[in-house]
Amino acid sequence: MSFPWAQHYEPKHPFMRYLDERLPLPRLVYNAIGGGYPVPRNLNYFWNFGVLSGLALVLQILTGVILAMHYAANQTVAFQSVEHIMRDVNWGWMLRYMHANGASFFFIVIYIHIFRNLYYGSYKAPREMVWLLGLVIFLLMMATAFMGYVLPWGQMSFWGAKVITSLFGAIPVVGQSIQVWLLGGYAPDQAALNRFFSLHYLLPFVIAGVVILKIWALHIPGSSNPTGVEVKSESDTVPFHPYYTAKDGFGIGVFLLLYVVMVFFAPNYLGHPDNYIEANPLSTPALIVPEWYFWPFYAMLRAFTVDFILPAKLWGVLAMFGSIILMFFLTWIDRSPIRSTNYRPLYKPFFWIWIVDVLVLGYCGGSHAEEPYLMISQIATMYYFAHFLIILPIVSTIERPKPLPNSISESVLHGEEKESAPFGAGGVMPGTEPQPAE
Amino acid sequence: MATVEHQQREEALAEEQGHRRRDFINIAAVSFAGVGAAAVVIPVISQMAPSADVLAEASTEVDLSAIQPGQAIKTIYRKQPLFVRHLTPKEIAEANAVPVSSLRDPQTLAERTKPGKAEWLITMGVCTHLGCVPLGAGEGENRGPFGGYFCPCHGSAYDTAARIRQGPAPRNLEVPDYVFRSDTKIEVGAKA
Amino acid sequence: MVRIIGFFVGLGFCLVLAIAFFTGAYNQITNPPAETAEKEFHLHPKPLALESNGPFGKFDRAQLQRGFQVYKEVCSACHSLKFVAFRDLKDLGYSDAEVKAIADQWVIQQPSINPDTGEPATRKSVPADHFPAPFANEIAARAANNNALPPDLSLMTKAREGGAAYVHSLITGYRDQPAELLKKFPTAKTPKGLHYNPYFANLNIAMPPPLVSDGQVQYTDGTKPTVDQMGTDVAAFLTWTAEPKLERRHGIGVAAFIFLLVFSVLTYMSYQNIWASKKRELAHS
Repeated sequence: MSFPWAQHYEPKHPFMRYLDERLPLPRLVYNAIGGGYPVPRNLNYFWNFGVLSGLALVLQILTGVILAMHYAANQTVAFQSVEHIMRDVNWGWMLRYMHANGASFFFIVIYIHIFRNLYYGSYKAPREMVWLLGLVIFLLMMATAFMGYVLPWGQMSFWGAKVITSLFGAIPVVGQSIQVWLLGGYAPDQAALNRFFSLHYLLPFVIAGVVILKIWALHIPGSSNPTGVEVKSESDTVPFHPYYTAKDGFGIGVFLLLYVVMVFFAPNYLGHPDNYIEANPLSTPALIVPEWYFWPFYAMLRAFTVDFILPAKLWGVLAMFGSIILMFFLTWIDRSPIRSTNYRPLYKPFFWIWIVDVLVLGYCGGSHAEEPYLMISQIATMYYFAHFLIILPIVSTIERPKPLPNSISESVLHGEEKESAPFGAGGVMPGTEPQPAE
Repeated sequence: MATVEHQQREEALAEEQGHRRRDFINIAAVSFAGVGAAAVVIPVISQMAPSADVLAEASTEVDLSAIQPGQAIKTIYRKQPLFVRHLTPKEIAEANAVPVSSLRDPQTLAERTKPGKAEWLITMGVCTHLGCVPLGAGEGENRGPFGGYFCPCHGSAYDTAARIRQGPAPRNLEVPDYVFRSDTKIEVGAKA
Repeated sequence: MVRIIGFFVGLGFCLVLAIAFFTGAYNQITNPPAETAEKEFHLHPKPLALESNGPFGKFDRAQLQRGFQVYKEVCSACHSLKFVAFRDLKDLGYSDAEVKAIADQWVIQQPSINPDTGEPATRKSVPADHFPAPFANEIAARAANNNALPPDLSLMTKAREGGAAYVHSLITGYRDQPAELLKKFPTAKTPKGLHYNPYFANLNIAMPPPLVSDGQVQYTDGTKPTVDQMGTDVAAFLTWTAEPKLERRHGIGVAAFIFLLVFSVLTYMSYQNIWASKKRELAHS
């Protein structure tokens, strides 16, 4: 593991030496996030989001464990217990807003992290396992977030639970039985709420376990970098500590600053007013939408409106799950040896169209299921699948990439550190940045 | 020659000052992180303290009119049993006959009741040993060797002023804050 | 192999979506969705300036007390306020004794049990109690209100799009149904027992106009009780009931923001410092 020039842990204090011989925990930390982990020297701010997602997970687990001390997973009092937290528990309002907005911030961080991965081709060999484990975390996060949103037992909680479990009803033959089994009843009720609470408490720790596997897998090839050129010599790297701990410290500062703005000044902006109405099984809200981070997937689900061989509902469910499952095959779909999109002139515009496409899907997913949103999401969903399954394989075969720098340190000297940022230097739109004079 | 040496010395000095400034900023940043983390500990700890609704239920009114001399009732104050006992003149005399200096937790009956209301003994029904509910408030319950209360868990016996007389309990049964709102009504938890 | 399977899966999804798209487009052209009165005549709430708005917002205590008076004298006859306790009123600037008196004199009593017989009974409220509901249960509430259920108001300003501005616009926004609407949508006439209100989602609300005339509530602080003033005051009061910790939140938020701003600047300087030597070293090599 790691590069031959990695620094070695040398305990100075006798106690640390004693500990290191019996339980080499400080050594483990030193090699994972300390001076013993050499990291490419040219990482840009997009590489801050791994540490930030770890921070978000810790924040969620901490605030979540606290909220669980005051929350009651019983459908007769769940809504009241949330109001009890908001009004009577010391600091309860802050802890709850931190947890609710923390979920959104976790997804913002993860989406930027995934963007980084896709733009810089981090999913390619030898880092496939890091990407696959990341996708597992993403799926676990989605399940956790969904079940967490059910717990306040407001209108959106209830109807969200009903709609999402109905997805399983689309499975031929056994679908209905699976739905009833998932809910422990014919509609969301005590049984569903209680099991969702149990799993919502469990899954974050499963996520933490997969995070450890992911960091382990990452440390074998080491971090990728904006040029996509592998590390060749010691001058290409710097030790993680203090260089990237310092940079991550700044990233954490900015992250917390934005987080605090939302928690204290717009805590309900990302939520839905209907979830401040207690669950009512007899009345459906006018617009059932999931939380914003599910909107693109929700748009894909609703885009299928016509039965064709299979029922429309099943197509929608297949597409929604398929949109994530295809990500697991990305490494084998994209055969281009070039990692960074900067050096892929043909792929680059398609990539940006895909980014816009996902944003459009997100917008449609948060809107009413009516025209023109349905037609727009149909086109957008089409591009989503065409991008990965049709365009990407073809582009990666016929593309002639731009010349890569010889090494990371050479690239840094050229100033390509800035060139390789997706927006170019100083936020110039891609493609318009001045080309180097060479 | 001298000027070169001088210059080198100045450079070294400047570099050292630069180092100090850098160290200062790094230390300041880390200290700020420490202060922030310490500030976060406040809500994390205080969220476990009683919430506003628990604190608000801190007073209970008890109607004394139906309690005959010699009788006691058990009611609830702060989610714990509260004993309200109407002492008979005999019980008062018994309590007053005990030499205070012989007690483990020396207190007179007068100190444990309100002036002029010595017949009303109001105590928590929580044994000061490990928190069991002593017997003696209910009709026909074992009042123990001293005619007050008896804790069956570990054998602590209290007298008619609810003072500890025998067994492992360290202190007398606690007398909560209360005030007489009228001759037949007390408010427990209120301060005079 | 993955790419070949993927290619056909992709084509399959695109084909189904194309069919769906053209079916949708065809329907749209041959059968355009009818316009509805709700879409055309629904109004968004008028902006409402409250002291509590904005990152430094604080409640206007006098206004909250007036709003509470409006709730007490007008709204509380039908609407519960179940998440708020009498003790919370101390936030509005009432003393312990005043809170106790308010609880004691509240017209609706707390459901209770007769201590001698065990029969259902009522008792006076104490500060620790929450506001009692005007109706024993949903059926009683509907029976008394022409089969409409008056919603609980504790969270109203957080449970509706537009918040306090919506509440203010709704309760002051009753009017006669526009002739234009009836001309265009003759079937959309407000049914008997409902009331036309363009701020309500489907334009016809079961609640009769709650504030009908200036001076309906007699303020003691000299503020002129116009309908608009009463509406604003009760909207402010309901902002407080929905978010009683708002001032605390703003205060701590400002402190945390300033702290983190300094922290970010310091960490940025520290980051630049630590990297400075590394950048020089590379430039020299």
